[in-house]
Amino acid sequence: MRTLLFLMALLMLGCSATPTSSLYQKLGGAQGVDAIVYELIVNIARDERVIDRFKGVDIERFRTGLVNYICSVSGGGCEYTGESMQVVHAGHQYTDTEFNAIVDNLIKAMDRRNVPTRTQNSLLARLAPDYQNVVYQ
Amino acid sequence: MRRILSMALLALLTAQAFADTQRSRLLATGAVTTVEGNAGGGIVPMAVIAGYGAREEVGGTAFISRVKVPDYDLVSAGGAWGWRNRLEVSLADQRLEHPTLSAALGVTDQTIRQSVAGIKLRLAGDILYTAYPQVSLGLNYKKNHDFLIPSAAGALRDSDTEAYVAASKVYLGGFFGYNLLLNGVARYTRANQTGLVGFGGDRNDKREWLGEASAGVFYNRHWLIGAEYRQKPDNLSFASEDDWHTAFIAWFPNKTIAVTAAYVDLGEVATLADQDGWYLSVQGSF
Repeated sequence: MRTLLFLMALLMLGCSATPTSSLYQKLGGAQGVDAIVYELIVNIARDERVIDRFKGVDIERFRTGLVNYICSVSGGGCEYTGESMQVVHAGHQYTDTEFNAIVDNLIKAMDRRNVPTRTQNSLLARLAPDYQNVVYQ
Repeated sequence: MRRILSMALLALLTAQAFADTQRSRLLATGAVTTVEGNAGGGIVPMAVIAGYGAREEVGGTAFISRVKVPDYDLVSAGGAWGWRNRLEVSLADQRLEHPTLSAALGVTDQTIRQSVAGIKLRLAGDILYTAYPQVSLGLNYKKNHDFLIPSAAGALRDSDTEAYVAASKVYLGGFFGYNLLLNGVARYTRANQTGLVGFGGDRNDKREWLGEASAGVFYNRHWLIGAEYRQKPDNLSFASEDDWHTAFIAWFPNKTIAVTAAYVDLGEVATLADQDGWYLSVQGSF
């Protein structure tokens, strides 16, 4: 019995020890996600549709929170410790325009980092459900 | 033809003038324009609202399309306006050249003109962001301006209103990692050859529900490859009406212009068999 448990534990370790196929790895791991988020923030800073929303926001806190969030949804093994998307955005009445603008800026950031189309799609698929927790909440 | 070209030119110039305003929906989510003026594919509409306006914005499109098959040549031009990603208002002007049919019937007039005025209301969903599809309800009012041949063929009306419900969804990464577009339409109509051969007929004068579908795969943000199917009624004893099929490739270089090319198979059209050929469409968005 103990052997069996040991084998199972070993198998499970085996699963988590092969993250080469995880989305996080395809995004370039910690370095890749950092770079994407950096480009995204640069794009946001240039985007008059959303820049006003970031006045008074601690950008470093936003950056680390977002890196952590992307790591957690892409199977990078991070546990997202921030507040839920719903709580973070509640009461702000974020618009459909603003949500689209952020997605657009994210796509441009991934383009700039040469993230392949299918990898981009995979990340967008995991972030798209956030729409209902962000827009007009 | 000159009138249509000048309309298209005017529309493109208008598009250029508005090109700098913010339109925030993502590339290709405005789709292209059907030959009837509705945002969608070439022959099947979609639930999307014309243009790139998000829920706080407005947008619009202008288009010109041509369908060339052995015995027919259709040019359609028009435009659409989208309000807050909620409501679409569209107009299209169609001109069909049918020399073979005229020769067979011994008439000199070789063109049929039809106008289509459409509205479309988004009822629910977002094509990208909701788990369920975007669903819209549309109405098209069609007026056939050259009713001589349609009436000789047995059509009973020169104008009519049809309704459709469209459900559209992009499944992100849904086709081996590529984005997959699926679209289904139920249309309540009695239009013969979309109204170009009038409405209703000696065999059937009641509207009926017909099915349409389209599917496509985005190779990347700029290229969509797909196919469409449109079921057709059979209201005239004069000629049977075949369902339509297309296989298309659409190019979205940016949010200002889109170009679509397609192979179309219209089957038998008003007694003339094997009407398969090509389709080309240019759309400007503003």
